[in-house]
Amino acid sequence: MSAIRFENVSKQFANVGHTAVADATFAVAEGSFVVLLGPSGCGKTTLLKMVNRLIEPTSGVIYLDGQDSRAVDATTLRRQIGYVIQQIGLFPHMTVAENVAIVPDLLKWSKEDIAARVDEMLALVDLPPAQYRDRYPAQLSGGQQQRVGVARALAGDPKVILMDEPFGAVDAITRIGLQDALLQLQRRLHKTILFVTHDVEEALRLADKMVVMKDGRVHQYDTPFNILKNPANDFVRELVGADDMVRQLGLIRVEAAMQPLPPDFTHNGQPTIPQDSSLRQALSLLLGDGVTTLVVTDGAEPVGVLTLRQIQRYRE
Amino acid sequence: MTYILNNPDVILRLTGQHLYMTLTALVISLAIALPLSLLLLRSERLANGVLGLLGVLYTIPSIALLILLLPVFGLNQKSVIVALIIYTQVILVRNMVVGMKGVPAYILEAAKGVGMSGWQSWRRVQLPLAMPVIIAGLRIAIIVAIAIATIGAKFGAGGLGTLLFDGIAQNRYDKIVAGSVVVVLVAILLNRLLITAERHYQKRHGS
Ligand SMILES: Nc1ncnc2c1ncn2[C@@H]1O[C@H](COP(=O)(O)OP(=O)(O)OP(=O)(O)O)[C@@H](O)[C@H]1O
Ligand SMILES: [Mg+2]
Repeated sequence: MSAIRFENVSKQFANVGHTAVADATFAVAEGSFVVLLGPSGCGKTTLLKMVNRLIEPTSGVIYLDGQDSRAVDATTLRRQIGYVIQQIGLFPHMTVAENVAIVPDLLKWSKEDIAARVDEMLALVDLPPAQYRDRYPAQLSGGQQQRVGVARALAGDPKVILMDEPFGAVDAITRIGLQDALLQLQRRLHKTILFVTHDVEEALRLADKMVVMKDGRVHQYDTPFNILKNPANDFVRELVGADDMVRQLGLIRVEAAMQPLPPDFTHNGQPTIPQDSSLRQALSLLLGDGVTTLVVTDGAEPVGVLTLRQIQRYRE
Repeated sequence: MTYILNNPDVILRLTGQHLYMTLTALVISLAIALPLSLLLLRSERLANGVLGLLGVLYTIPSIALLILLLPVFGLNQKSVIVALIIYTQVILVRNMVVGMKGVPAYILEAAKGVGMSGWQSWRRVQLPLAMPVIIAGLRIAIIVAIAIATIGAKFGAGGLGTLLFDGIAQNRYDKIVAGSVVVVLVAILLNRLLITAERHYQKRHGS
């Protein structure tokens, strides 16, 4: 069963000419990471907020775990769904610990359980609890605030998490660090995540599947690789930069293109690259080091070799 | 000064009356202002209308307002308390409305999004965040109330104003000084108390 299923979901705001979301139908598998991608104003936030009923659809139904989301009381529903809003939205008058404790507290967990959970969550997002527990949001950097926002969304142990441009307000380097952290978390937790962004690189990096939107319509729903390979129309092609070879290489793992080690292989100084790196990283290493061959490794163990020629061949 | 030291019982009694009028008025005023400001938050137009009206009431000279109230409430503390409620209302309501409106919409949306009910969101998020502004209003209201309450002596309400008016009538400079000093002391003391409370809330913002 899908964790979230949109069935002909539309939203028309009163006194607004165009439709914010038009007839969205797609299903999100349990434990998958789905990214909503599209230009500003295309309806991403609206679509997201209809899941936890901060916005009610004009028509259509959203099913959560097979159940019509309107069957549950809205506040009860929201306590079961993690939510990271576009502007972070930490409560400035509460400490980090109090912010993270909100949902468990609303769910009436015991004091001990909450305290343990707060520490667990802070450790999970790489903020040592002893150091950060009692700080106020104003005493944190933007990136640290984002982490607390994520910890708060995870604290009630929801199966579904909604994230609205959670890394929108931080610099590029911090953003990549936060993306890595989120990917690592997801590998451990297997939540169902709906993640909004208008940054194509971020979407390609994070998504199991992507929903590409424009003017309230879903134009394509597929894996990043399929979308780059076969964009549904010119809008999608241009938005995701499907013609950008390097971008496509970023989605293919080295192990898919490498050759097995030759029998007479000896490792004499060629640069190495882990097998789960992307071909884009491999290309960058080849060009940067000015060599013709990379040694692909699994841990410390050489498992294959990769040349420029193989990367070219894989493209075709 | 010697007057204060020689007549501690008089000073104490008058200060008691003064505080009683001021604090009773403020408690009632707060009790009216809180629901009123919540109502005004719902409609911009209503808020402008009501705040405008309260503002006009605020500009009526205190003697005139008291004279208007006398026929209704009599020549006693009641009239003075009602006048104080009217004067402090605009200060309290305006600060409550401004304070609660000042809480960014996205913070309130976050409160809703994590699953707070309307009441929880108000009690746990909106009110505490508005608190510094509300307390600032309370500080001004208290000073205004203490000052205006001195006029109560003219209207049979007692209080520290008695010393001032008696002093003028009897040409007793020492009474005038004593009355002024105690009024100022009371004002400073209450103000200090509220500044401490304000600091407490500001510290909780970590700024
Ligand atoms: N509360 C509202 N009332 C009226 N119109 C709204 C409301 N919220 C959103 N809209 C409109 O609906 C459309 C979609 O808005 P939405 O916020 O979902 O866009 P978005 O894709 O999240 O954009 P961004 O990337 O800028 O956050 C826009 O045209 C917006 O103006
Ligand atoms: Mg948005």
